[in-house]
Amino acid sequence: MTPAPFILEVKGASKRFGGLQALEHVNLSVKKGEIYGLIGPNGAGKTTFFNVITGLYKADQGDFFINNVRYEPSAVDLVAKAGIARTFQNIRLFKEMTVLENVMVGEHIQTHVGVWGALVRSHAFKLEEALIQRRAQELLAYVGIEKFADKRAKTLSYGDQRRLEIARALATEPLVLALDEPAAGMNATEKLALKELIQKIRQRGVSILLIEHDVKLVMGLCDRVSVLDEGHLICVGPPQEVQTNQRVIEAYLGLGAPVHG
Amino acid sequence: MNFPKSPWFVQRMEQRSYLFLGLALLVLPLILQPFGNAWVRILDMAMIYTMLALGLNIVVGFAGLLDLGYVAFFALGAYLYALLASPQLMELLSAYPLWASLLSAGMHVPWWLIFPMAALLAAGMGVLLGAPTLKLRGDYLAIVTLGFGEIIRVFLNNLDQPINITNGPRGLGSIDPIQIAGHPLSRKLMVGGFELAGVTQYYYLLLVMVVLSVLLCWRLQHSRIGRAWVAIREDEIAAQSMGLNTRNLKLLAFSLGATLGGVSGAFFAAFQGFISPESFGLGESVMIVAMVVLGGLGHVPGVVLGALLLSTLPELLRYAATPLQDLTGGRIDAAILRQLLIALTMIAVMLARPQGLWPAPEDQHQKDPR
Repeated sequence: MTPAPFILEVKGASKRFGGLQALEHVNLSVKKGEIYGLIGPNGAGKTTFFNVITGLYKADQGDFFINNVRYEPSAVDLVAKAGIARTFQNIRLFKEMTVLENVMVGEHIQTHVGVWGALVRSHAFKLEEALIQRRAQELLAYVGIEKFADKRAKTLSYGDQRRLEIARALATEPLVLALDEPAAGMNATEKLALKELIQKIRQRGVSILLIEHDVKLVMGLCDRVSVLDEGHLICVGPPQEVQTNQRVIEAYLGLGAPVHG
Repeated sequence: MNFPKSPWFVQRMEQRSYLFLGLALLVLPLILQPFGNAWVRILDMAMIYTMLALGLNIVVGFAGLLDLGYVAFFALGAYLYALLASPQLMELLSAYPLWASLLSAGMHVPWWLIFPMAALLAAGMGVLLGAPTLKLRGDYLAIVTLGFGEIIRVFLNNLDQPINITNGPRGLGSIDPIQIAGHPLSRKLMVGGFELAGVTQYYYLLLVMVVLSVLLCWRLQHSRIGRAWVAIREDEIAAQSMGLNTRNLKLLAFSLGATLGGVSGAFFAAFQGFISPESFGLGESVMIVAMVVLGGLGHVPGVVLGALLLSTLPELLRYAATPLQDLTGGRIDAAILRQLLIALTMIAVMLARPQGLWPAPEDQHQKDPR
């Protein structure tokens, strides 16, 4: 049997908050090198789904595979080690650290020198530290904010903070980059730049899972799209198909809305 | 936001002035010595406090875990030294013939053996304290650690019954001084016709320890572990999503911070020759936190400055308080006046410089890891 070409596979994820079934048996599979969109109206369960696969919430049910290996999203750090890096809807940078240091923290799981090495400044430490710095600088240049390397993260503009968050996530060398509403609060120019950046990241071989409110951005960017509504998956397919799906239109606009208006 | 600049005396300081600073630190006790040992003693205590503040800075400043019971580790180190290098345990064990014959010369474990033991004991206790508090943050963590500090103090205060281990509130005395090559540091030493008082010898040993502690903190801070701690302080969830094992990293911060506390406690016991639970109360813990915060949370030079200032200021104010007392016609007690002045100074500093006297500079240029 040939293994499925999926990099991330979620089977039957369910999550309940008290009386609210936030997620009901949601399936999702992202192919290698794919940009995958997850959309849905407010309160559909997008962020819940995100938090479930990244270990922030514990799923009631569901099987999770990354690169055909089962992983348990039981702790956030273990998910990151399994190969999923994420950004946050409300940017969560290490504000008082410099821009460069933020990315250097992302390198943590790729590096290994411990307390003793740091205290005696061993040869391995120096090599690794130089490597961390070089890689972090490369990543800053990659997302285009290398000139702010020594500034504190909190001093960056909103758009640049988003870029830094992405650079920091890429530093963990993930298989899947999960972006939670990256375009929120961005103007048209910033959105365009973000779109280019996401396409560039795909070329690195990193698959992207994108949650987004901005339907236009998702339609123009994603290879495939899933639509969530009230915790249920109502439609999966290429953007053009999803766009004309009757159930999707109903979910967004309400029952009886005209298909072509 | 405008970040406060470094104080003027720092801005003016160039690389070369570090050399002068080093020289000044070496000569300082020699200048003060003729005026009386009390002055050098103040410096010695200031350096013990500096080590404490540096240790607490790892926990509070780097990892952002507010620990109000830090003095417990100081107490553990002090009591370990006192028990292993004083008549106390010998008296306790002399009831048993086997032990009595073994310890006929008394319990005098050498300091270079006790110090690593104190470090290990404190590190272990740091983990023990850290483990149950991992999920707590901020105020809640502060309250639990405060309780831990008090538990240790109450234990020390009451462990004179049923068997007398700590001698209770009366404390432990006749503690051995540190001996180097058979020479106890409490005794005068003649160096080329120049007399070095005991306190001056301790000064140099403590200076070495403080320099080593500063180096330890600085090197930890500028490593992947130090960065991971700061990341946890800044945003724990984001740190976890970078794959950081926050549990282990927090425990590491607790134990390394406690290590410095334990070692400085052992020093304290050897230096003072007498310890009692009174020295390890909540007030001490609060004072150490104040040193870290007033100096500049998370910034090593600032923490050193804060510790030196807050430990010497009360002593210096002794001399200012008496004339002030005379001004009031002797109506106000000098000790109260001194407390008032310390409090006013701290309030003034925090109002003028809310980030601390010497906070980390705005743009931290990457230093060459050395």
